[in-house]
Amino acid sequence: MSSSAEWEVVIGLEVHVQLRTRAKVFASSSWGFGQEPNEQVDPVVLGLPGTLPVVNREAVEKSILFGLVVGAEIPARCAWDRKNYFYPDNPKNYQLTQKDFPVVVGGSVEIELPGASRNVMGEHKRIRLHHAHLEEDVGKLSHAGSGSLVDYNRAGVPLLEIVTEPDLRSAAEAEAFLRSLVAMLTQAGVADCDMEKGQLRCDCNVSIRRPGAPLGTRTETKNLNSISSVRDTVVYETARQIRELEAGRAITQETRGWNAELSRGYVLRDKEDAHDYRYFPDPDIPTLELSRATVERLAKQVPENLYDRQRRYMDKLGLPFTAASVLVADRALAEWFEAAVAAHPANPQGIANLVANDLLRDLSAAAGAATGFGEAAPAPISLASCPIKPAQLAGLVKLTDDGVISKQQAKEVFAEMFRSGQDAAAIVDAKGLRQNSDTGELEKIVQEVIADPAVAKSIAEYRAGNEKAINALKGPIMKRTQGKANPGLIDQLLRKALG
Amino acid sequence: MADALHTLSAAELGRRLAAGSLTSRALCEALLARYDAVNEKVGAFTHLDRADVLAQADASDARRQAGQGRGPLEGIPVAIKDNIAVKGQPLTCSSKMLASLVSPYDSHVAERLRAAGAILYGRLNMDEFAMGSSTENSAVRKTFNPWDLARIPGGSSGGSAAALAAGLVPLSLGSDTGGSIRQPASHCGVVGLKPTYGLVSRFGLVAFASSLDQIGPMARSVEDCELLLTALASADVRDMTCFGPAERALTPAGDAKQLRIGVPKGFLGKGVAPEVAAAVEAAIAFYRAQGCAVSEVELPSADLAVPTYYVVATAEASSNLGRYDGVRYGHRSAQAGTPFEMMTNSRSEGFGAEVKRRILLGTFVLSAGYADAYYNRALRARAKIRAEYLAALAQVDVLLTPTVPTPAFKVGEKASDPLQLYLEDIFTIPANLAGLPALSVPCGKSGHLPVGFHLVGAPLSEAKLLAAGRLFEAAHGFAHQQVAL
Repeated sequence: MSSSAEWEVVIGLEVHVQLRTRAKVFASSSWGFGQEPNEQVDPVVLGLPGTLPVVNREAVEKSILFGLVVGAEIPARCAWDRKNYFYPDNPKNYQLTQKDFPVVVGGSVEIELPGASRNVMGEHKRIRLHHAHLEEDVGKLSHAGSGSLVDYNRAGVPLLEIVTEPDLRSAAEAEAFLRSLVAMLTQAGVADCDMEKGQLRCDCNVSIRRPGAPLGTRTETKNLNSISSVRDTVVYETARQIRELEAGRAITQETRGWNAELSRGYVLRDKEDAHDYRYFPDPDIPTLELSRATVERLAKQVPENLYDRQRRYMDKLGLPFTAASVLVADRALAEWFEAAVAAHPANPQGIANLVANDLLRDLSAAAGAATGFGEAAPAPISLASCPIKPAQLAGLVKLTDDGVISKQQAKEVFAEMFRSGQDAAAIVDAKGLRQNSDTGELEKIVQEVIADPAVAKSIAEYRAGNEKAINALKGPIMKRTQGKANPGLIDQLLRKALG
Repeated sequence: MADALHTLSAAELGRRLAAGSLTSRALCEALLARYDAVNEKVGAFTHLDRADVLAQADASDARRQAGQGRGPLEGIPVAIKDNIAVKGQPLTCSSKMLASLVSPYDSHVAERLRAAGAILYGRLNMDEFAMGSSTENSAVRKTFNPWDLARIPGGSSGGSAAALAAGLVPLSLGSDTGGSIRQPASHCGVVGLKPTYGLVSRFGLVAFASSLDQIGPMARSVEDCELLLTALASADVRDMTCFGPAERALTPAGDAKQLRIGVPKGFLGKGVAPEVAAAVEAAIAFYRAQGCAVSEVELPSADLAVPTYYVVATAEASSNLGRYDGVRYGHRSAQAGTPFEMMTNSRSEGFGAEVKRRILLGTFVLSAGYADAYYNRALRARAKIRAEYLAALAQVDVLLTPTVPTPAFKVGEKASDPLQLYLEDIFTIPANLAGLPALSVPCGKSGHLPVGFHLVGAPLSEAKLLAAGRLFEAAHGFAHQQVAL
C-alpha cells in the first residue's frame, strides 16, 4: 500500500569550510596545499608540552563576515570548548571547537532550484542556518605497508562548521544549497572552497517520514568531499531508509561513511559506540568579546547577495535569466560587467552578451584545459589578466550601437581587442572597418546599381511584392563599397530609390 | 670566602658581581662544587649541564665587562623546575613519558631570564607532571628534605625548594597548581610566591590544570623572591590568560605596619599540629605588635576547596595529558600493532600511578551523565569560594594562615594514602581556585623542621604580600639560616 512517493526526506547538513587565512587558527604557522608532509607545523600545532593556543583574529573576522553575509546574529561574545577524543591525527587528542557559544548564530541561505529548462529560472527557497562555529582542522593519517603515517600540515587550519536547520527536502535542494553557499563564501572572500583540495567537507543527516509526521530517526554520513557525493548520499540513503521501513524494520541512529567509487554507504559506528567527547570550556582561551565596531567594519565588506544581484540584473537592466545567472555566479565577472555598464549605460544587454559569451569563452580558452578544477569552484578565469578592460568593451558596444560598425564586424574587433588589448576605435580605424554612412555617396552608388540591367529582374520582383528580392541588390552595393556600407542605410536608400 | 658563596642571597651576590669583587664564573664554579658535594644526598636536580652553565657565566662576565650588564640578575644562576621549557634542555616533568624530550623552544620565563642576564642553571626534580605533595611521585629520583634527609621536601616543586635550602642555587622557579610552590617552601624553610593568575605567562609551562597553574619565584629571602618576580612578570601575547600591559599594574605596597590582617575562623584548629599553630600564632602576634589590625574573617565555603580542586584540576589534567600518546614525541611502547594499541600501551607504560589516578578521576568527572554532578558542580563551588575570598579581601588586606597543617613527613609515610596527602594542600588550594596571589614565609620550627605561614591577598596585591613578608623576615632572620649537610 505504501509507495516511495508518500515519503518525505528531511536533510540537514554540517559543512566544514577551511577559511582563507594566512595563519592557522590558534598558531602562527602558515598553511596551504601541496607542501611536503609536516612542513607547516610549529610547537603549538604539534601540541608540544607547554604550548598554548592563541586565537587568530583573521579567522574570527572571516567567520563574522560569513555571519553577516547570511544575515546571522553575531553574538556579543564567543568561547571555545575542548572536544576530547584519541586519534593519531589529533595532536593534542582534543579538538578546540565551539559547543555552547558559537561565533555565528542563525542566518539563512537563499537557494535556486533548477528550472524546467536551462533558460528558465527555477524556484527560490531559503534554508535556515542553526549556527556556525570556528574550530581547528586535524591532520591526516594514512596507512603505508605495515605502518601508519601522519601529516600535521592540515592540523590547526581554521574550519568554519556551518550547520543548517533540517530544511532541505531533496538531493536537488542539498546540491543547490551547497552551490549557493560556495558562491557566497567565495564571493565574500571567506573561503576558497576548493573541494579537490579538501577545503569543503560535508556531514549529511538524512531521515524520512510521512508528510506532516514527526521527524524520523536520522543517520549521519560523514566526511563527504564533493557536492556530487552529498547528492548521491541523499539519494542512496533515502532509498535505503524507505526500503528498511517498508520491510518493517526500524532505522538505526548511526554514523555512516560513503564510498564514492562504489556509490555505496556503509556503517561506521552505531549509537552504542558513540564517542563521549567530555566537552568542557577550554581554560586556555578566555571568552572572546566580539566588538560592535569590528562587526560594523566587516559589514562594509559584505558583497551584494548573489540573488539580489540576479534580480537587479533581470528587473533593472533587463537581462535574460541565463545571462544574469552566468554573470552573478562570479563576483569578479559581475563587477567587471558593471564597470562596463557604467561606461556605457545605454545597452547593458549588449554588454552582457559580449561578456557572458565571447569574453568568457576566450578567457576560458586562455586559461587552458583547466576544466575539472573542482566542480563547484568558479570557472578558472582570471579577469585580472584579461587583456580587455571594461571601458574598452563598453567602447566596442557603443561603436556598434552608433552604427559605426556592424554586429558582425564587432565580433572581429572583439577578437582583435582580446589579442592586442587595443581600444575598439583604434582597431576599427587601423583596419578601415568604419562603415560608410555618407548618404550622398551611397545614393550615387544605389542609382548606379539599380541602373544595371543585370538586377532588373530582382527589381521587378520587389515591386511585385517580394520583399526579399531587395537583398539581391545589396550584394553589388557592398561589393562596390568594399563591405563598408552601413547596411541599415543601404536598405533605407534602396527602398526610397525603388519607390 | 669562596666556600660561603652558596649561602649568600641573590641580592648580595648581585652587589658583589656589580662591584667586580665576584665573577659569574667564580660563582658558578662554587655552586658546581656544592652540587658535587650535596646533590646526591638531596636529589634536588635531575639534570645539570656544566659546560653550558660555564659558557653562560662567561658570556655574562663578558657582557658586564663590556658595560652591557642586563640588571640585578646578571650572572646569577636560576634553577628551573623540569616542567618549564628551556630550549635545548630536557623537559621531562620527571616522567618516564617524557624522559627523552629535549625542548625545542624557550618558555616565556626562560626568555625573560635570558633577557635579565641570569644563568639558566639545571633542571629540578618534581612530582611527575606536578601531581603530588612530596616529590615521591618523580619517576627520576627521590628528593629529600635538606633539614632531615629522612623526610620529604614537599611537592610538587620539591626540587626547587630543596635546592635552595641545600645551598645549591640562590634562586629557583617552581609552578603552583594547588600549593606546589608554597607547600615545599614551607617544608624546606624557604620563601615561595604563587603570583596572581595571569601575572606570569604560562607559555612553556607544561600544563597540569590550565586554569590553576602559575609559575612563581622561590628563594631564601623575601627580597630575592621579589627580585625574581620582577624579572618573570611581563605581558606575553602567546598566553591569552596572561594580563596585557594595561592590566598588570600591581597595587602599591603601602606601609606594611598598617596592614589589615584577617585570620580565617577555624583555620588554626582541627588538623593543625600544635607547633605549627604556635609558630603561626607567634607571627600573628608579631604583626599585631607592629601595629597591624588583626581580625577574624569567615570563609564558610573553605571546606569545599579540596574536593572542588580535585574535580577541576583532574578534569583539566585528563585533557591536558591526552597529548602524551607516543605518536609525536615521548615514550613509545615497543608493544604496538595498531596505532591505537601504540597509544594505549605508551600511556600505560609511560605514566606513573598518581598520574593515572588523576587522569581516571578527571575522565570520570567529565563523562556524560556525571559532568553535572561533578565538574559543573565544582565550577559553581569554585565561583562561590572565589566570591567569599574576594569579599573577605575587601575587608582586610591579607589573610594569614599556616601554609601546611603539619611539618614535613617521612619519606614513604603517606605514599599509600593519597587522600591524606591531598590534605597537605588544604590552606593553599583556595588561592589557586580564586586566582589570588599567595606567599609562604618561614616563621619558625616544629622541632628541627621548618614551618611557614601563608599570606593571601587580592588580585595583583603581590607588593603588599612581599612587604609584609619582608617586615617579618627583617625582625626574625630565618632567611639565611643554613642547613648542616
